[in-house]
Amino acid sequence: MIRFILSKLLYLVPTFIGITIIAFSFVRILPGDPVLLMAGERGVTPERHAELSAQLGYDQPIVLQYFDFLGRLLQGDMGNSLVTKKPVLDEFLTLFPATVELGLCAIIIATVIGVTVGVFAAIRRGSWFDQISMTLALVGFSMPIFWWGLLLIIFFSGILGWTPVSGRISLLYYFPNVTGFMLIDSLLSGQKGAFTSALSHLILPSLVLATIPLAVIARQTRSAMLEVMGEDYVRTARAKGMPQYRVIGIHALRNAMVPVVTTIGLQIGVLMAGAILTETIFSWPGIGKWMIDSISRRDYPVVQSGLLLIAALVMIVNLLVDLTYGLINPRIRVK
Amino acid sequence: MSDTSNLAAPVKLSDAAIRRRMLAEFWFYFSQNRGAVIGLVVFVLLVLTAVFAGIIAPHDPTTQYREALLVPPVWAEGGSAQFLLGTDAVGRDMLSRLIFGAQYSLFIGIVVVSIALVGGIIIGLLAGFFGGWIDNVIMRMMDVILAFPSLLLALVLVAVLGPGLTNAMIAIAIVYQPHFARLTRAAVMTEMKREYVTAARVAGAGNLRLMFKTILPNCLGPLIVQATLSFSSAVLDSAALGFLGMGAQPPAPEWGTMLAEAREFILRAWWVVTFPGLAILVSVLAINLMGDGLRDALDPKLKRS
Amino acid sequence: MALLNIKNLTVKFATATGSFTAVDGIDVHVDRGEVLAIVGESGSGKSVSMLAVMGLLPDTATITADEMTYDGRDISNLSASERRHLIGREITMIFQEPVASLNPSFTVGFQIEEVLRLNLGLSRDDARARALDLFRAVGIPEPETKINAYPHQMSGGQCQRVMIAIAIASNPRLLIADEPTTALDVTIQKQILDLLMKLQEDYGMALILITHDMGVVAETADRVVVQYQGKKMEEADVLSLFEAPQHPYTRALLSALPENATGDRLPTVSDFFAQEAAR
Repeated sequence: MIRFILSKLLYLVPTFIGITIIAFSFVRILPGDPVLLMAGERGVTPERHAELSAQLGYDQPIVLQYFDFLGRLLQGDMGNSLVTKKPVLDEFLTLFPATVELGLCAIIIATVIGVTVGVFAAIRRGSWFDQISMTLALVGFSMPIFWWGLLLIIFFSGILGWTPVSGRISLLYYFPNVTGFMLIDSLLSGQKGAFTSALSHLILPSLVLATIPLAVIARQTRSAMLEVMGEDYVRTARAKGMPQYRVIGIHALRNAMVPVVTTIGLQIGVLMAGAILTETIFSWPGIGKWMIDSISRRDYPVVQSGLLLIAALVMIVNLLVDLTYGLINPRIRVK
Repeated sequence: MSDTSNLAAPVKLSDAAIRRRMLAEFWFYFSQNRGAVIGLVVFVLLVLTAVFAGIIAPHDPTTQYREALLVPPVWAEGGSAQFLLGTDAVGRDMLSRLIFGAQYSLFIGIVVVSIALVGGIIIGLLAGFFGGWIDNVIMRMMDVILAFPSLLLALVLVAVLGPGLTNAMIAIAIVYQPHFARLTRAAVMTEMKREYVTAARVAGAGNLRLMFKTILPNCLGPLIVQATLSFSSAVLDSAALGFLGMGAQPPAPEWGTMLAEAREFILRAWWVVTFPGLAILVSVLAINLMGDGLRDALDPKLKRS
Repeated sequence: MALLNIKNLTVKFATATGSFTAVDGIDVHVDRGEVLAIVGESGSGKSVSMLAVMGLLPDTATITADEMTYDGRDISNLSASERRHLIGREITMIFQEPVASLNPSFTVGFQIEEVLRLNLGLSRDDARARALDLFRAVGIPEPETKINAYPHQMSGGQCQRVMIAIAIASNPRLLIADEPTTALDVTIQKQILDLLMKLQEDYGMALILITHDMGVVAETADRVVVQYQGKKMEEADVLSLFEAPQHPYTRALLSALPENATGDRLPTVSDFFAQEAAR
């Protein structure tokens, strides 16, 4: 097990370096002079141009620039946003909790509903529940979630008026930012109705973001359960006179969860892509929307570092998934 | 009571006959899956719509009818038979735009999958065939690409290259490549251990011939399934890019781009938002249904008895 | 009165290519404390008939029988909870692949204590003590360490001993062993067989031994049933079967023993029939 963990950790290093190289290259690929690009339409005087070039190190050979970039990166300096002039890392950390809250909600919904549906579909294979749920899963899997979100807004916000259209909480409420998680902070603030408002803002985006992971998890759980239920040890459990709930819920499920946990973990990476679209539609102030806005505003330091941070995040999540897999698979946990 | 089995002399089939048999068997399993057949039918309809768009569409997709802005569909109040599915904010016929949009989606799917498939196969073949440090380097590069959320990477690539349909397709194809490369490499490595490869090598087959004529045909199964999956993902992702303003640019009638333009009217004119998304959903669903059917038909392990 | 009495058992499977009859009108009966061997090639339906009795066949199977009684009780139409009081307590079964038959995610201790606690109602400590006793009874060395091991850490022979321990934990009156030694090393096979026979004697249980190995039959059985393609070919006590086999198929099986090999080819059943036809 130790060797397993170490090998996974070691593997991170070259991947991380690769990520930094790609992030670094992006801005450098841009055709034209980077200083002029950043200056935009305003243009820049020749002296200022020389000054900026030296300051940002653009006059140095590319390899030196990379190591300079890497060095600063490891110290936490990722440059400043061209738009807000504030450090990129600070902006990231401010906006990060919003995306985490959304993502966490989405993955919880997706896992709980997805696994339950998958298990029942497997137990009642071929039944109407199985066929309908798997068809719905396929539809969910094929769904353009930016459209799905718009549809739900039309229906629940426009027609029914049940949920708000955008933001994390009604503008009526204001309270200090303790954890960054609106659900927790609103509870802590003690203001009447704050929590409900936060919840009602959270529910629609979470559902939209959860749609694709839910579909994938349901399908994967079903096929994992079907495979496990045909195994010899499930037959042994029955031969031992174990009740059905135990055979399915303990003997089968415990083994089926091994590949499913990997799937759930991988879906977290997919969530990042989905978050971009969901946050855009619901004007959710998280990292996804931040990236989109920065891309369209040509805020290159943000694009570069944001890309890097998100990729590093996904990498860490994948590592945790690998480690969890090692933990729950007894063949790896115990030699 | 003696049960001597009647042994018929084994029949030698020609290559073409074997292929026909395999096709028939494949079709037998594929057609058993109702969803897959429906998917196939819808997909064929989609292709026909795209090919004959010019003939089927009642109007030109870019013509703006200034006097018919935001007209509802024909069955709603205020609708008109001239614009069966209504018009958008600048008076263009929705139905015609949707029909021409099919051309975009199919074109995007084919181009993206082709590039990703060819590139991925070559990379995977090289990695699996030569192994060693070549394999290591190539796979590390693929892993780095896979570390980025696909849409984000495509987005940044397009931002760097400039918004537009071509760049969007290239970006998506680059992002999909690792999947094909990985699949090909895994299949190649499995096949390499088989005896027929050693036999071919001993018979004097060169590397290129080994790679393409001997090994590759046996890896096609999972590649085909992945190709259909990537096709549908490409349609979704390019629509997403279009929605974010990074894909096909207005006034192109690409379904995602249509959604971007429609966003501000979601509460006023539901049809401008509903129909393009529905078109995307139906197309992607059809392809995924086919993909499911393909996978069940091609993978003998999953065949139910 | 027979302990287990089955008359005219037929099992059909619904497959993609139509209905397949795995078992065709078989009669089986076992008396208390008797050792019955069911012999046949692969595909003879010997495992399927016993799995049908245990209720372990998938839903695609249709089971019909004129009579299926255990200890005088009709067991063909039991409810799920009635069946569970029988299977796993009075009638137990062990299978061919011991490592695959144990759940890879739980320790072997968990898997045997599960039976002791749920079926026999023992407390946690009592179950642990009894589990260790059972492990000792089946000859597992260092039971205190092994009880916390996972199946993949144990050899095939040890896993089969664990399976046997689980099977005898509730003092069953009938133990069905489906090819228990086929997947094991030849050297281990004899040990496991000896263990089974010793336990059968000690506990006084009836034993149905399913096998394709005539050598095993000779060493263990009181009575033998020969099956082929789902039908019963012959039934006799073991001595009569070996000395004077009635059915041509039985004779073919006996002639196919590796000891009877002449030349450099192992004899097969079809060889026998070819020879008979030539004569």
